[in-house]
Amino acid sequence: MLEIKNLHVKVADEDAEILRGLDLTVKPGEVAAIMGPNGSGKSTLSYVLAGRDDYEVVEGEVLFDGENLLEMEPDERAVAGLFLAFQYPLEIPGVATMNFLKTALNAQRRARGGDDLNTPDFIRQVREAAGKLNISMDMLKRPLNVGFSGGEKKRAEILQMVLFEPRFCVLDETDSGLDIDALQIVADGVNGLRSADRGFLVITHYQRLLEHIVPDTVHVLHEGRIIRSGGKELALHLEENGYADVIASAA
Amino acid sequence: MNVQIKHTQAERALIDAGETAGRGPALDWLKERGLPTRRVEAWHYTDLRSRMPDFPPPADKPEAAKASLDRVPRLFDATRLPFINGHYASELTDPLPPCAMVADGVPPVDADELRHDDAIGAINAALAGGGLSLAIKENANIETPIGIVCVGDEPASAVTRHRVTIGAGARVTLVERHVSGDGVALHANMVTDLNVAEGAEANWVIVQEHGDQATHLAQLNITLAARAKLTIMLLNRGGSLVRQEISVDSTGPLSELKIRGVNLVGDESHVDVTTVLAHHARDTVSTEIFRNVVQGSGSGVFQGQINVAQLAQKTDAKMACNSLLLSDAAEFSAKPELEIFADDVQCGHGATVTDIDEDHLFYLRARGIGEKEARDLLVKAFVESIFEELENEAIADALNDRIEDWLDENG
Repeated sequence: MLEIKNLHVKVADEDAEILRGLDLTVKPGEVAAIMGPNGSGKSTLSYVLAGRDDYEVVEGEVLFDGENLLEMEPDERAVAGLFLAFQYPLEIPGVATMNFLKTALNAQRRARGGDDLNTPDFIRQVREAAGKLNISMDMLKRPLNVGFSGGEKKRAEILQMVLFEPRFCVLDETDSGLDIDALQIVADGVNGLRSADRGFLVITHYQRLLEHIVPDTVHVLHEGRIIRSGGKELALHLEENGYADVIASAA
Repeated sequence: MNVQIKHTQAERALIDAGETAGRGPALDWLKERGLPTRRVEAWHYTDLRSRMPDFPPPADKPEAAKASLDRVPRLFDATRLPFINGHYASELTDPLPPCAMVADGVPPVDADELRHDDAIGAINAALAGGGLSLAIKENANIETPIGIVCVGDEPASAVTRHRVTIGAGARVTLVERHVSGDGVALHANMVTDLNVAEGAEANWVIVQEHGDQATHLAQLNITLAARAKLTIMLLNRGGSLVRQEISVDSTGPLSELKIRGVNLVGDESHVDVTTVLAHHARDTVSTEIFRNVVQGSGSGVFQGQINVAQLAQKTDAKMACNSLLLSDAAEFSAKPELEIFADDVQCGHGATVTDIDEDHLFYLRARGIGEKEARDLLVKAFVESIFEELENEAIADALNDRIEDWLDENG
């Protein structure tokens, strides 16, 4: 479903590469976890997949269902079914959350050749999804993410994920800033979306999240490359022994 | 003083028209000074002499006023007082409530007192050909807004002058709306003297949506008495050359003034809003917020002057001007001027100029929203909250609709 081949990426105005030959394949239905120490290139990977233009792809390719993802605009990627849950969701003053959700949902539907969702159906869907994530309708009347707590922002990201029904989800450090209750709510939201035709790339620094969202595969990212891949037990190994051991054995 | 300047074509046309109208002091003012250049401080960012190449003769009384008015759909429910090309169309006026009285004709003007930089006032005093005096009775409570609707569909000058008095304790919303079609080289000049008496509560709404060739020079001169409350909502979304002057004298204690403005400046147009607030009495409050969006090679100006007299202790005056530039060629100039003679006052001002936040744009696009729609959403977010303070939702919604319409055409 997602194939990353020999991906080399640098920040647009700089020389040093952040991703240096990353290879990774995620199959439909698979939850792949990427773990890595700070500065290993985790967030760069998520931004490059979503299409942020501060980065320059020097070499390699990314195929999404066989299509060249890197040639698509950010909105085209979303329409194709890619979703990035941001590590730091942006505050957008003046845009009511509800209005944003409706605009985005309908933009995706239209781009796929469908019609706008009628307002009662839209509100019903939002109400249902928000209830499960413990998000109040009052919160959704406020401008997008403005004044939301860290946990509220992360839950709002998951709400979008639930509403947009993407085919592939990238979760960038979704656990950061969450207390244990919020973590459970977010994990339930993600687990509820797991299905045979949907893939996940869960990027995290800690094993904690993976107790709640149990991955099929775990990949260790270090200095812009995957240096070790394994099953969910690899995450436990990292939790007990730290990254040093894996890094040393890869060197 | 002898005539020393060599008049431009526009100045000669103005003077010729003034000779015909036969008005002395204002005509002398025009002959002597001509139109202001950037060397006149109040016109530093709008060099009227170079920006105004010509001045067309006044239009004849329209033969098909109704057809002209019918082309302008109502934005909201209002009692309309229509002007077509500068001529009052009394036969098309909606019935006024009994506590509002209107008299047709240019109200008397004292042109001996024209300031050296009052070009709009001088042109108006020399040439005004139509106007109204509107009086709202004391303690009147008028629900339906009353609007002067100025429609222009000829390449002519339309110079009007109005006097509006709002009686003590009255509550009313007044609207001035300016409409002309694209390609019509209309020259509109409108001066309104507004007197808000003690304890009155009024809204004054200005919707300027001229076509792309129109010149619009307007002046609103306000006296705000004790405990009076006035909210001005200004939307500029058209015109080639626009200058809106607003001057307010707060003459009695405890008055409150709010000015909220949105200036949507299109490609190749120039929009100038100049405000002068004079606080003469104790305990008066004023707040001004302007949001400006500039497209293409448009240029915008905000000059905000606040004068606090020595007697005007406890004045609370705040002014903010935020501009969003949508292209590299777009410009906006903001000039705050504070002159404070009292020692126990709060006066604040702030100005920002930004472009679209790329991070915001990326976030929206990452959610499947196309670039144009995402940009429009952010521009709307920047301006739309401005009119929310207006209690009349129908007007606030109509103003925001006009903003969206502009974005669809220009964004």
